[in-house]
Amino acid sequence: MSTEAQAIEEVAVKEKEPLLSKKNRKLVNNPLDADNPITVQVLGVCSALAVTVKLVPTLYMCLSVLFVLIFSNLAVSMLRNVIPGRIRIIVQLLVVASLVAIVDQVLQAYAYEVSKQLSVFVGLIITNCIIMGRLEAFALANKPWPSFLDAVGNGLGYAVILIPVAFFRELFGSGSLLGFNVLGEGYQGNGVMMSPVGACIVLGLLIWFQRARNGYSEEA
Amino acid sequence: MKFLRNTIDKLKPNFEKGGKLHFLHSTFDGFETFLFVPNHTTKQGAHIRDGIDLKRTMFFVVLALIPCTLFGMWNVGYQHYLALGQEASLMDNLLFGLMKTLPIIIVSYTVGLGIEFAFCQVKGHPINEGFLVSGMLIPLVLPPDISLWMVAIATAFAVVIGKEVFGGTGMNILNPALTARVFLYIAYPVEMAGEIWVSGIKGGAVDAASGATTLGILGAGKEATVDTYNAFMGLIPGSIGETSALMCLLGGVFLIATGIGSWRIMLSTVLGALGMGLILNMVGGNPYYDLPAYQHLIIGGFAFGAVFMATDPVSAAQTNRGKWIYGALIGVLTVLIRVFNPAYPEGIMFAILFMNVMAPLVDNYVIKSNIKRRLSRVKA
Repeated sequence: MSTEAQAIEEVAVKEKEPLLSKKNRKLVNNPLDADNPITVQVLGVCSALAVTVKLVPTLYMCLSVLFVLIFSNLAVSMLRNVIPGRIRIIVQLLVVASLVAIVDQVLQAYAYEVSKQLSVFVGLIITNCIIMGRLEAFALANKPWPSFLDAVGNGLGYAVILIPVAFFRELFGSGSLLGFNVLGEGYQGNGVMMSPVGACIVLGLLIWFQRARNGYSEEA
Repeated sequence: MKFLRNTIDKLKPNFEKGGKLHFLHSTFDGFETFLFVPNHTTKQGAHIRDGIDLKRTMFFVVLALIPCTLFGMWNVGYQHYLALGQEASLMDNLLFGLMKTLPIIIVSYTVGLGIEFAFCQVKGHPINEGFLVSGMLIPLVLPPDISLWMVAIATAFAVVIGKEVFGGTGMNILNPALTARVFLYIAYPVEMAGEIWVSGIKGGAVDAASGATTLGILGAGKEATVDTYNAFMGLIPGSIGETSALMCLLGGVFLIATGIGSWRIMLSTVLGALGMGLILNMVGGNPYYDLPAYQHLIIGGFAFGAVFMATDPVSAAQTNRGKWIYGALIGVLTVLIRVFNPAYPEGIMFAILFMNVMAPLVDNYVIKSNIKRRLSRVKA
């Protein structure tokens, strides 16, 4: 009896929570560093390796993932009480797939070149583990506003890793940034950076840097 | 000598705990133990069968590399003058080779040791001799005309990504020297192929010389006449130190005699390559299939790889049975990659790196099967 009353009380307190309370800010801040989807949870790595050869497509990719993540999190969070538990994955996939279809069409209409460069990886956002992970782990159990913040945090957490990776890969791989040549005409492109191996190495170095700074260590 | 000792003793207090230069103690320690045998004594009961340590191991491998290095230098000059069609004396050849090789060796050691010292300093580890061999191996597996900045990048990559991220000397999964080479091979494919194997002919200075290696010709699907004598002696174009099977053999005998290199790995690698070569001979089909099996052992870097790279005690398999499996698979894979994938002419490099990765797995199964065998004896 008393626990029930407590629960009700807590819900009541929660409803009065300010929009950007400490807890809500944590939803955005945590995935940027301490709980980063790529470097800490090691999700969504395939696209991190595949689309980071050049900065421009990477930026588009980050925006697309951010868009899909935000709206799928919102949609699933709003639907969370009516989705039957047994078919929830299919419902989530439907939501994500429709959003990805929108992104794909928009890219094809307004950024055809980039859409060609990204090729299948736009479609593969559907299978991005970050998105499915957030839907399963967060949106299904939380209200729309926290879900929105969680999506923003994780989408930015994804971008915050992909953009440096693409930066170094484009810089050392082709000697340019955003398509502009910065290292001079005579610069010899580094083939390792052009291949996904380079992304793997840069990603590893980023994780190294992050862990050294945060003092994180793998538990035995 | 005495002067040196006195100077070091005088400087020593500065680097000990509480001294003002204590933060540099790793570097100081490194130099001191490099110059003098350390006078630290064991405080508890010691069980020593042989005073072999990292220093002697590494030093012996460097000694074993001397024939390859000297011959390689001479061969760089010899190939150069041969391509130009000029007569040259022994000294001319050696001098030309020295001028080409020495800068590469210096760059490799400077960059590698610099990074190694920095890492030891930061981590507070004592400096060890781990890079002495790698620093020598890296120049020997590179073409003589390579740009020095590429050597520097490759060495830095090999030391940082190949070794230090795993915890430094003795912890690396991959052979550092081969890591450097494979990095160059993938990062700068244009510079690591074509007319680079003979020094000083790039840019069409000589029309007649092709400068291609046997592997390159065979890889292109053409017929190559392998002069067994020349290939065995090493009078062929190629990376600086790897052309001569004879010199590698000398080094190998030295390594086996001193107990540094594993004869199991060398022998099984050779047997693996021979076996695979014979099978391909039986199948037949194109010039590469029909290449006599024994010639696989003397062309390209096979001998060098089998003797100096595959036997790297850190990245090879540790168990005796594992060493047989590891070596044999290196041999088989080398021939397979050479024949079936002409895009990668140098099969031994990939074969060794691949088996480096697999070595712990091989050991794991060897140990497991051993436990199983002995367990069944207990039950019976």
